[in-house]
Amino acid sequence: MNAAGFPLLTLLTFLPLVGAGILLFIRGEEAVVAANARWTALWTSLIVFALSLILWFSFDKSTAEFQFVELHQWMPEFGLSYHLGVDGISVLFVLLATLLTPICILASWESVQSRVREYMIAFLVLETMMIGMFSSMDMLMFYIFFEGVLIPMFLIIGVWGGQRRVYAAYKLFLYTLLGSLLMLLAVLTLWYMAGSTSIPELFKLQIAPSLQVWLFLAFFVSFAVKVPMWPVHTWLPDAHVEAPTAGSVILAGVLLKMGAYGFLRFSLPLLPQATEWFAPFIFTLSIVAVIYTSLVAMAQEDMKKLIAYSSVAHMGIVTLGIFSMNHQGLSGAIFQMLSHGVVAGALFLCVGVVYDRVHSREIARYGGVAKVMPVYGALFMLFTMASVALPGTAGFPGEFLVLVGIWQVNPWIAFFGATGMILGPCYMLWLYRRVLFSKLAKPEIKALLDLSPREYVTFAPLIVLTLWMGIYPSSFLSFFEASVAALLARHEAAMALPRLAGM
Amino acid sequence: MYMGAIFFPAVGALIAGLFGRLMGDKAAQWTTVFFMALAAVCGAVNFYNVALGHAPTTVELGTWLDVGGMQFNWALRYDTIAAAMVAMVTLISTMIHVYSVGYMSHDPTTPRFFSYLSLFTFMMLMLVTADNLVQLFFGWEGIGLASYLLIGYWYEKESANRAAMKAFIVNRVGDLFFMLGMALTFWTFGTVEFDGIFQGVAAVQGQTIGGMPVLEAIALLLFLGAMGKSAQIGLHTWLPDAMEGPTPVSALIHAATLVTAGVFLMARMSPVIEYAPNTLGFITFIGATTAFFAATIGCVQNDIKRVIAYSTCSQLGYMFFAVGVGAYQGAVFHLITHAFFKALLFLSAGSVIHAMSDEQDIRKMGGIWKKIPLTYAMFWIGSLALAGIPFFAGYYSKDFVLEAAFAGHGWTAKYAFVMGMIAAVLTAFYSWRLIIMTFHGKPRADHHTMEHVHESPAVMLLPLLVLAVGAVFAGALLVENFVGHHWMEFWNGSIVNQPGNHIMHEVHEVPSWVPLAPTVAGVIGIAVGYLFYMFMPAIPGKIAATFPGVYRFLLNKWYFDELYDFLFVRPARRLAFWLWKVGDAKVIDGMPNGAAALTVAAAGRVSRFQTGRVANYAFTMIIGVVLFVSIFLFGIGR
Repeated sequence: MNAAGFPLLTLLTFLPLVGAGILLFIRGEEAVVAANARWTALWTSLIVFALSLILWFSFDKSTAEFQFVELHQWMPEFGLSYHLGVDGISVLFVLLATLLTPICILASWESVQSRVREYMIAFLVLETMMIGMFSSMDMLMFYIFFEGVLIPMFLIIGVWGGQRRVYAAYKLFLYTLLGSLLMLLAVLTLWYMAGSTSIPELFKLQIAPSLQVWLFLAFFVSFAVKVPMWPVHTWLPDAHVEAPTAGSVILAGVLLKMGAYGFLRFSLPLLPQATEWFAPFIFTLSIVAVIYTSLVAMAQEDMKKLIAYSSVAHMGIVTLGIFSMNHQGLSGAIFQMLSHGVVAGALFLCVGVVYDRVHSREIARYGGVAKVMPVYGALFMLFTMASVALPGTAGFPGEFLVLVGIWQVNPWIAFFGATGMILGPCYMLWLYRRVLFSKLAKPEIKALLDLSPREYVTFAPLIVLTLWMGIYPSSFLSFFEASVAALLARHEAAMALPRLAGM
Repeated sequence: MYMGAIFFPAVGALIAGLFGRLMGDKAAQWTTVFFMALAAVCGAVNFYNVALGHAPTTVELGTWLDVGGMQFNWALRYDTIAAAMVAMVTLISTMIHVYSVGYMSHDPTTPRFFSYLSLFTFMMLMLVTADNLVQLFFGWEGIGLASYLLIGYWYEKESANRAAMKAFIVNRVGDLFFMLGMALTFWTFGTVEFDGIFQGVAAVQGQTIGGMPVLEAIALLLFLGAMGKSAQIGLHTWLPDAMEGPTPVSALIHAATLVTAGVFLMARMSPVIEYAPNTLGFITFIGATTAFFAATIGCVQNDIKRVIAYSTCSQLGYMFFAVGVGAYQGAVFHLITHAFFKALLFLSAGSVIHAMSDEQDIRKMGGIWKKIPLTYAMFWIGSLALAGIPFFAGYYSKDFVLEAAFAGHGWTAKYAFVMGMIAAVLTAFYSWRLIIMTFHGKPRADHHTMEHVHESPAVMLLPLLVLAVGAVFAGALLVENFVGHHWMEFWNGSIVNQPGNHIMHEVHEVPSWVPLAPTVAGVIGIAVGYLFYMFMPAIPGKIAATFPGVYRFLLNKWYFDELYDFLFVRPARRLAFWLWKVGDAKVIDGMPNGAAALTVAAAGRVSRFQTGRVANYAFTMIIGVVLFVSIFLFGIGR
């Protein structure tokens, strides 16, 4: 069946759901239930993570084919099937999701005190949805998981969020609803044309350029909201601000990658002409995103909002890379997605650390934290530097490759995209200066304690990854080298066809 | 040996940084000093083997990145220029580590300080031994980070925080161009490794980009990058502010090493830059202007460290116009001698500040030379070298640089010579203004401070002595190899002059008055300095009163900060706020907010029935599924 000899992806996808099922049956005192729920969720997610490491070790990097494939006919007369598999582009996102989930559960250990069981269930369901989405090889399954992710996220923000959680949750919901309806239309059209929803089957389609434009737009709306691209980004800061820490981590770490992943999985291979045609438009939006949101980030007074805006800017670099349609740009974009998942996740955790202690996200409430929390200060500095793409940290290879790639398309785009290099430190160092540096005067800050052992454990994998991805990025880049090459070869071939046909 | 010179400082930084608080201050300090000393020994041996033994080598450490034909490694490239830089950096850094043990002895978090210092040294060493542009950029950004951390070391001071941020961000402006330069280099040569680039130069000479020869474009982008790091006019504003950091930092980073990274980059890329004549002209012009402009400001500043900072800026201008006229060897020579005497000057200034209970304003000093005679002597040696007085280190390098400018071709070279000569007079003038105001005359500090004036401890004086030896002898020792008769064998191809560039020979054929001119300029400057501040102290005030406009213009540093504040900082702030409050909140959010308000109002009513928000979402999902199922049930899908 596959290299592991057993249905690994199914197991990864549905094991969290099993954990969630077990949680449903926990009975007893509230405190007991909470403790049991925490441990059950942690162990479930750790087992899933351990299993997912099989992907890391036995994934064959030399081929662009889907691996660990599982195919079961579901409704063959309609071309629907249960079809899972990963290729070089998706495999690391599965790993990212399985890694971040236990970290999120650890991060919520003490900060979530109400309805702990339901919270943990939501997270495990979320994990199922995320893994399912990244390993779907059937478009209908993809759609279900893609939309399904929102349900637990919506609950996490709406139930365990901050003061304006209802507003934020609805904003998230309305924005994504708009996109998903259009995407549904596109899915239906493709299904109608191919008679199947299997992604490899769809790849065989030759779609007329005029239809490609409409399909592209339909997908684009959905994916652009998820990325999020300017100007449909405003749900993100609100969602981040109101979400509990772990919600923000998973939102920035994995959910933001769904839109870009959608572009890579569907728009690029299925709609090559439209991709080419819309690329300049996307570049414009991306550049605006980089400059606009970086500037807005500078004006923020709320820590989470600042980092949320910076995420939009970083995702602007990702969309630049994706549509550059060359090897460096695409690899850089995928790498940037991964590194942003780690670094932005870590930054939100950093905010969570002080939020748990002071219960405020307002920058002005802090100052001089480095003096009382030196270890925390060092970590925050590391992730700040990764966020501004200092070479040697995870942020650099992605940004560098994207800029190199996009330079080939147009040096001016590279120039404007690179302004993020200047604006990034403007807001990140400004944040760091106001929170960690300056005079330690406020009494509540003076009483802060440095990281607890649980927090060390939470941060440890992210620290390792941040440095590893910066110093030896090849161990990650090699995963998608073949897939990116294949994607480009497909694109070249598709672009050559109409020219031969005299178009 | 090769690895040791680079990685010992990293080991020291890690130990002091991670375990500093466990080990205690003393142990952490001396650990970093120990590892630095080891690195310095390795550095010296490597210099002997590689540069003097003509045995360049490259140590491969492993792949860094390999994507679609773009491949480069972590590697240590030891050729003459790298070995010379490594030897200089490790030696000076060791001295500064030792000095800091004394200087920072009252500081509560010394392990952090020493960890940063060693981290900085490691990054600088990675920069100079890089064998591709990206690794050079790694070091480049790494020293930027270390510089940021060290300038803002006293992070409770707002001014220090501001200066640190400014340094990082202004440098990033240059780095943007560096980044773009790397991109263009890759698409031009198909590689970012130096060997590949240098071999490909001949093949790409005809290529253009946007109507500009591609080599000119690469050289220009890299130079714009270098301008940030090396504080050339326009991107210099961070350097004087960087004096907020502890004085050993100023000595190590903002005088001897970090700021010279730009000059090093130019020398390293000489095989490419040589074929960009217009850019070379531009480099000459910028360098010469910087040399002059910074010297004029140095004449009126009152902060002991700022005067030396502007002097650094000015001397970097010398190095750049040497590059611009094609005399890279001279630029590197001046870089090395300057490192010694400027570190010496800064550390002596630190010694003065230490003695004066942290006073930095020279208007509040004076009359202390008898109390701190050794520091006073060191200050003299440093200043004599800086002024280019014969047989001190600066004499050889500055003479060479000015001769090269004289021998250079084109109007920019002539301009550089004139500016360089004027700056030489000003340099000597402000140096002696500094000496006299700091050490001579009536004491202007309060009684309490004066009582405490004392000579620094041995741990601070010893490094001064070592650096003084360098400031006296480095020029005479190195001149033959660096720019004299043996330059060809010594550089061994690590710096390239294109076949049409004979500057290294033409320098020796200038009229006989030219080699004398810098010395004369120096002596004039010293004489005027004495006249104004020792013998007729009323004159400077009168001049300032006669030309108030000029005085204010200089005192306010040519109004660069104000201009940038007006052009960039304030508009960016306003725009940021406007985009947030109007762009995001009003325009983009306007529509969905209305919709959301409606939904929330509706949800408020629904939630009374305990179904709440989940129901809404589930409902929509169900509608979606129903649509789906119905469509294919009714056969529309077929």
